[in-house]
Amino acid sequence: MNERRRRVIVTLIALAVSAGVLGYLAFGGIGENLVYYWSPTELKASGEQAVGASIRLGGLVQPGSIERDPDGLKLRFSVTDGVESVRVAAETVPPAMFREGIGVVVEGTLRTDGWFETHRLMVKHDNEYAAPGEGQELDMKELMKSMQFDESDA
Amino acid sequence: MKRFRWDAAVGLLGLALLLVGSYLGLFEAPAERHMGDVQRIMYVHVPTAWNAMLVLTAAFIFAIASVWTGKPKWDAVMTGATEAGVVMGALLIAQGMIWARPTWGIWWDWDVRLTTTLIMVILYAGILVLRSFVEDSDRRATWSAVAVIIGYVDVPLVYFCVRWWRSLHQIQSTPETVSSAMIVPLRINSFAILFIAIWFVAQRARLELARRRAEEVAPPPRRDRRQAEETNP
Repeated sequence: MNERRRRVIVTLIALAVSAGVLGYLAFGGIGENLVYYWSPTELKASGEQAVGASIRLGGLVQPGSIERDPDGLKLRFSVTDGVESVRVAAETVPPAMFREGIGVVVEGTLRTDGWFETHRLMVKHDNEYAAPGEGQELDMKELMKSMQFDESDA
Repeated sequence: MKRFRWDAAVGLLGLALLLVGSYLGLFEAPAERHMGDVQRIMYVHVPTAWNAMLVLTAAFIFAIASVWTGKPKWDAVMTGATEAGVVMGALLIAQGMIWARPTWGIWWDWDVRLTTTLIMVILYAGILVLRSFVEDSDRRATWSAVAVIIGYVDVPLVYFCVRWWRSLHQIQSTPETVSSAMIVPLRINSFAILFIAIWFVAQRARLELARRRAEEVAPPPRRDRRQAEETNP
């Protein structure tokens, strides 16, 4: 009987620790310190503070904003969240998925002239997989959902 | 004569389904409009992810049953499920990296999904290592079950983190966001890998029970005696 009781107590303690840790992570507001990337609006709002620090900026590639150098080494484009946009100067070869309207996360620094300089350009793919010819139109509002700006701001 | 066991039948069915699902995924389903053929890794990556989380959830339930009742069979299936989870988690990361390099442009980044998944694999691998250090079979069962119950925290985190926090990894797809032609191979391979996982867990559980029986017949030499033998051969 004593053995039985010990087992039940050990099980309950283990479950309580497990639930406690998960609850803390889910509802403890840890997400506020866990921002993987900033939106252009957040970056602009932080003003001078953001300049020079190594940060990640996320958003969609603004249609019509992509410029490539003739020598092919430099790439310039704007990252937008629908409200603000930031000009990005990238010295890197973008992955084949890079195009207008796709989500990107760029790692680098904000310069004093307002340009964001990056050496690490990552494409953020959304959760849609389509066959060729399906859904070709570019709906920026729909695409913006994949950047999770609303959820994280809430 | 070797008996043909039920789990071998399940496993063989899984392998057959994996062949069918992968054939449909590689040759019948369309290439993704932007990603092209690279997207086809999804037909193993997504089923591996679902089943890795599923077997670790099973391990969590077996662990509760194991501490609660103290019966060796629960410890054995928990071990099998944990090991299957580690193997599938490692495969999952490898598949993800192969997909990430051409799609995201990088092999790895410390976003929440990738980080929590890596923690999951290391954590459960650590629990298996812990088991091998405990010689007393009852203590081994209790300690590893408690570790599995507490370590399980990370599994829902792997699933939900992409919804709770910004990440590089996309959130879960739904049948609405996946072209209908891609859904059939995805479903077939999900059951295929589930069946193979059940086979693996059953085999490993049987091995664990056999080991335990062998320990009871011929217990491993106690540490102090072994040390004495080493100093005075």
